[in-house]
Amino acid sequence: MGEAIVITSGKGGVGKTTTSANLGTALAILGKRVCLVDTDIGLRNLDVVMGLENRIIYDLVDVVEGRCKMHQALVKDKRFDDLLYLMPAAQTSDKTAVAPEQIKNMVQELKQEFDYVIIDCPAGIEQGYKNAVSGADKAIVVTTPEISAVRDADRIIGLLEQEENVESPRLVVNRIRNHLMKNGDTMDIDEIVQHLSIDLLGIVADDDEVIKASNHGEPIAMDPKNRASIAYRNIARRILGESVPLQVLEEQNKGMMAKIKSFFGVRS
Amino acid sequence: MKTKKQQYVTIKGTKNGLTLHLDDACSFDELLDGLQNMLSIEQYTDGKGQKISVHVKLGNRFLYKEQEEQLTELIASKKDLFVHSIDSEVITKKEAQQIREEAEIISVSKIVRSGQVLQVKGDLLLIGDVNPGGTVRAGGNIFVLGSLKGIAHAGFNGNNQAVIAASEMLPTQLRINHVLNRSPDHIQKGNEMECAYLDTDGNMVIERLQHLAHLRPDLTRLEGGM
Repeated sequence: MGEAIVITSGKGGVGKTTTSANLGTALAILGKRVCLVDTDIGLRNLDVVMGLENRIIYDLVDVVEGRCKMHQALVKDKRFDDLLYLMPAAQTSDKTAVAPEQIKNMVQELKQEFDYVIIDCPAGIEQGYKNAVSGADKAIVVTTPEISAVRDADRIIGLLEQEENVESPRLVVNRIRNHLMKNGDTMDIDEIVQHLSIDLLGIVADDDEVIKASNHGEPIAMDPKNRASIAYRNIARRILGESVPLQVLEEQNKGMMAKIKSFFGVRS
Repeated sequence: MKTKKQQYVTIKGTKNGLTLHLDDACSFDELLDGLQNMLSIEQYTDGKGQKISVHVKLGNRFLYKEQEEQLTELIASKKDLFVHSIDSEVITKKEAQQIREEAEIISVSKIVRSGQVLQVKGDLLLIGDVNPGGTVRAGGNIFVLGSLKGIAHAGFNGNNQAVIAASEMLPTQLRINHVLNRSPDHIQKGNEMECAYLDTDGNMVIERLQHLAHLRPDLTRLEGGM
């Protein structure tokens, strides 16, 4: 019996879908059987980020309403041999098309077959959020170092703490821009963790490659060298229970000139 | 013209006016009759045409609101008297409960997060933080062992004496009774061990925690709530 992890944030645009896609991919790379569930009905994205859009035949709403069997709707990711599947959201309905109880039953069924069920939650705290959280055992809250995102994360953590079946959530700080953080223009990691007072699961630097990769339908976690990819893989290893030290955020592979500049305290 | 009836009412004159001790064993109607008789016999006046204040002591009698009004009316119908206070030795369970709740210090250990409201009737001792967007409200005082970054509303039932104290005072808003104060637009570094209270003019003042000992000596309550 696997476990279901909901990826949520409250605020939109902080990288829930990207995190879901990459954690799913990283867990599959580590040899786990993973099912990604997109609960953002009406505004589905996870399939696009995974590059699986054109393979969708049935969707989550079809399963819930009994128009097809569950395995008919699951989209297999060919890059991973039978390890990674996607349960796509419907694009034509909206969030009210399903009830929390129905999602819960579906997730329960998926947990029999997979090691990890990663549930991508829509933004907001309404019906869509309630649907996504209903079947989860664990929760990961994604935030960015922006104050607005941290506020919403705080709200979501408060709501998650009221859910009886969900363990206390863990935090991923996404899209960290090192120079802003170093200058004190955004909250730093310690401040965020202290403020939200939940366990830190990982930090991910802001990287253009992440966006490029998403646009190509290939999660960045496939790239073994990229630092965001390594960050996601580290998070996946921590989910499996390994203890992995946090990534150092310093810019890597600096040129000679940049090194001299930084030696004299000039920002490159 | 004195009757042989039992005396239900005892009148004592004091410096502050009259004190009426009312019997608590007879029926209310008997009591009213007795009072009526008693007050019609003698003229109570201080000779200068000023009204005399009357303190009514009910003993172990409980009066409903209507009965209290009846009593007040009766006394006020004598033209030189007015009721200053009505005291009873007994209160209803509900009132007792309320007094207890208002005097209690409720201790809560949690983080009040954005969107959450924590409300108590008495004093609140919060062991944890109040995050921005979170609200704590108390009928009495609020003490936060942690950082107060959200909204704190003390004395919301109309208690001007209530105070707010926090280990780290960085609130978005402070309210005491109906007085509201917001934080300066540019957040400074955490102000440690501070309290907020209303001064005699009703302005909110932020001070070091240690000043409370002089400002609100009532906060020392070694014998439990009452």
